[in-house]
Amino acid sequence: MKETEGGSIKDKDIQQLIGSLLRWGVLLSMIVVTIGGVIYLFRHGHNISDYSTFKLQPDFTREVWPLLQGVLAIKGRAIIQLGIMLLIATPIMRVLFSAIGFFLEKDYLYVAITVLVLAIIMFSMFGGFGS
Amino acid sequence: MSVLVLTVIILIGAYAAGLVGSLTGLGGAVVIIPLLTILLHVDIHYAIGAALVSVIATSSGSAVAYVRQGITNMRLGMFLEIATTSGAITGAVIAKYLPVKYIAILFGSVLIFSAIMSLRKKAGYINNEPSPLSQKLKLNSSYPAADNTEITYGVRNVAGGFVMMIFAGVMSGLLGIGSGALKVVAMDGIMRIPFKVSTTTSNFMIGVTAAASAVVYLQRGYIEPGLAMPVVIGVLLGAFTGSKILVHAQSNWLRYFFAVIVSILAVQMIYKGITGGI
Repeated sequence: MKETEGGSIKDKDIQQLIGSLLRWGVLLSMIVVTIGGVIYLFRHGHNISDYSTFKLQPDFTREVWPLLQGVLAIKGRAIIQLGIMLLIATPIMRVLFSAIGFFLEKDYLYVAITVLVLAIIMFSMFGGFGS
Repeated sequence: MSVLVLTVIILIGAYAAGLVGSLTGLGGAVVIIPLLTILLHVDIHYAIGAALVSVIATSSGSAVAYVRQGITNMRLGMFLEIATTSGAITGAVIAKYLPVKYIAILFGSVLIFSAIMSLRKKAGYINNEPSPLSQKLKLNSSYPAADNTEITYGVRNVAGGFVMMIFAGVMSGLLGIGSGALKVVAMDGIMRIPFKVSTTTSNFMIGVTAAASAVVYLQRGYIEPGLAMPVVIGVLLGAFTGSKILVHAQSNWLRYFFAVIVSILAVQMIYKGITGGI
């Protein structure tokens, strides 16, 4: 394995960047989830809960546009779900940043591998498996 | 039960699950799922959806330190993520068609296997005979040891490890867990990667793997915000506490004690699956 001095320094930079991205992503999403949770409990804390059987969830917990409308209407559950979407996006953004990192290192084999991983996740997202 | 009371109970349970999961190395998800389904009678799909989200949080949260220290092998992780993400989608698709009793039985079995794996002796081999494929894929690397020297290592049997990772991905997508134990089997057992590198790299991959199936679960409505909220917050805080304790106390009897508890939960899951109580 031939790795020049310059290459390994770049490797370290990318590792630092990815480390920060993961940390901030988790922190931000947890803040959003907590805010949504407080609003939800404040409004619905005394309702009777039942998670014992699966029921189809409202659109605003499953689809992006109804969710954002729910967030604007300050619906607690929509805000929680926004935080959860941010959390799910965090490792996906990490993959994207890795692709850019490998590109800067001119490691095109790993640019291809990383893009393939992204494509698989996109396929999962838009492949209609959710219905 | 009112939403408020249930949320507080789940928050406490998730905190305990995150703590135990972190201390044993099992992960919080495998502990929270039986707690939710057996004790609180939550639908298993909701339990899996919430656990999956908590897996992303703990994996991403704890990966930070290892990535920065340069222990994580990012090329290896990225290459194997091809296997785990495709496996995860397959698992998420199977989850829709597989009757819940089989999901419960399978979950119990994986849980027992993971508990046994968490007790095994950690062999510290360094392999210096990399396979031609691992050289082509630039998987062989080095990591800093405690005394600041770089330890170089080679990777063997890339194809075998890749296939095992597909299986780990399927289990992750199907059961909502990180499949850390299966990932370590692939990397330690098959690819002969040093223990420190395999655990951190496995942890690094878990978040992406879980995200690949979480997008399916989200669209399907398996991620119920009211339930996922206390689970994610509780498990993450518990895991964080666990990682702080872990540095100070690493007692063996504690690991055995938790492994036994987790196995009891696992047997209950299998029993309920067989008798149709789930």
